Amino acid sequence: MKITSLLPLALCITALASVVTAGEDSTLSIEGEVFLTKTAAPAHLENVDEIFSGWTYRRDETQALQMDDFDNPSFVFIDQALDQFEMVDGSAGKACSSCHESAEGFSGLRASMPRVNSAGELETIPELINNCRTERMGAEKWKWSGGQMSAMLGLIGLQSRGMPLNVAIDGPAASFWEKGKALYYQRVGQLDMACSSCHEDNYGNMIRADHLSQGQINGFPTYRLKNAKLNTIHGRFKGCMKNIRATPFKEGSEEFKALELYVASRANGLSVETPSVRN
Amino acid sequence: MRVTTIILAAAVAFSSASFAETTAPGDIKFGENGEIELALTGTAGDVATGRKLFMNRKKGNCLACHVNTDMAEQTFHGEVGPELDGVADRWNTAELRGILVNSKKMFEGTIMPAFYRDSGYNRVLKKFDGKTILSAQEVEDLLAYVATLK
Repeated sequence: MKITSLLPLALCITALASVVTAGEDSTLSIEGEVFLTKTAAPAHLENVDEIFSGWTYRRDETQALQMDDFDNPSFVFIDQALDQFEMVDGSAGKACSSCHESAEGFSGLRASMPRVNSAGELETIPELINNCRTERMGAEKWKWSGGQMSAMLGLIGLQSRGMPLNVAIDGPAASFWEKGKALYYQRVGQLDMACSSCHEDNYGNMIRADHLSQGQINGFPTYRLKNAKLNTIHGRFKGCMKNIRATPFKEGSEEFKALELYVASRANGLSVETPSVRN
Repeated sequence: MRVTTIILAAAVAFSSASFAETTAPGDIKFGENGEIELALTGTAGDVATGRKLFMNRKKGNCLACHVNTDMAEQTFHGEVGPELDGVADRWNTAELRGILVNSKKMFEGTIMPAFYRDSGYNRVLKKFDGKTILSAQEVEDLLAYVATLK
C-alpha cells in the first residue's frame, strides 16, 4: 500500500527532472535547420570520446529561446550591428559597407577562427575588426567585450551558423595550440582548478544549481540570461578565472588567444551556433 | 592615558594567546595518509557554526559539490564530489581534518580546493593572495559539523 502510494510521487519527480534538464539527447533546430550539438570528439582529444554543445546542458526554456530567432534576445544586438555596418566612422569617411558589400561575405570565417596569419601571428575576429577600424577607417578601436564589438562579432558569426567548427591546429598553429593546451590544464587561483577540472572531468554534473558543460565555445558570442548581453569568448574566460579566485589574463592577450584556439579545437565538428543563448 | 594602556595591554595579551593556540598553514603536520591528528586551534569546533559554513557560498560552499541529506531544506546539492551522508562513519576525525585542510595530500589530483593552505598557488586574485579559504577556527567548526554526519 505504501509503495503504491509513493509510486505516482516518484513518477512526478522523474517527470519534473526531465523538464529541468533536457539532457544529451535533445535536438537543436532553428528555422528547420538541424544543428550538430553532439558528435565524435576530434582525434586530438585524449580524455573525451564525444563532444557536446553547451546548449545540451541548458534547461528546456533556455534551449527553446535559441530555437526561434524571434525569441532569441541576441537578435536585438544583431540588428544594431547591421546598422553599425552601414555607419560611417573615422577620418577616412568609411563604413564597413564601403569595402564589404554585406555581412554575408563573412560566411565561413567564424568556423575557422582563430588562425595564424601570413605574418605568423595568431589572429582573432575582434583583431580583424579593430585592424579595419584603425587602418582603413581611421576610427578608434573598439573595446574587446564592448557592446559594439560583441554585436559585430554576433553578426559576423551568424554568417557561419550551422557550419561545422574547423580550426587548424597543425603547421604554424601548432605552437599556439600547445600553449593553449598547457593553459587549459594549468591549475590557477585559490580554488586551484584548471579548465579541465570542471569542463573535462565533470561535465554533466551539477555544481549546485549549475549544470556543468564541456565549456565549448561554438555558440559565442552568446547571450547570457545572467547579464542580458552578448558575451565574448575572452570575457567568459575572464569570468571563469575570477570564479576560481584567479587573476585573469587580459582580453586579447596572447594567453587568451592561445586558449581560444585550443578550446575552439575541442569543438571541431560541432555546428557554429552564433548567436547562442545560455544562462 | 590609563585607558589606552589597558586596552593595549589587553589587545597584546589576547592576540598572543590566540597565536599560541592556532597552527599556521605552513606548520601543519600531516600523517602518512594525509590525516591531521592535532586540532588547529585550542577552541573546540562549534557544530551550529560549522553547519552554516557548510552551506555558505563564500566559505565552505560544500553543497556546491556534495549531496548532504541533513540539509534537505537547501535546494540543488552538487554532484561533483561524493555524497557526504555517513561520511563520519567512513573517515575518522583526523582524516576528515586532513581532507578539509588539503585533500590533495590524500587524493592526488582531486578537484577539491584546500581550505587551509595559503601558498603554492598560481595567479591568485590579489584579494585572496596569501590567504586561506577558511580560518583555522572555521576549519574546526566545519569539522565539528561534518563529524556529526553519521
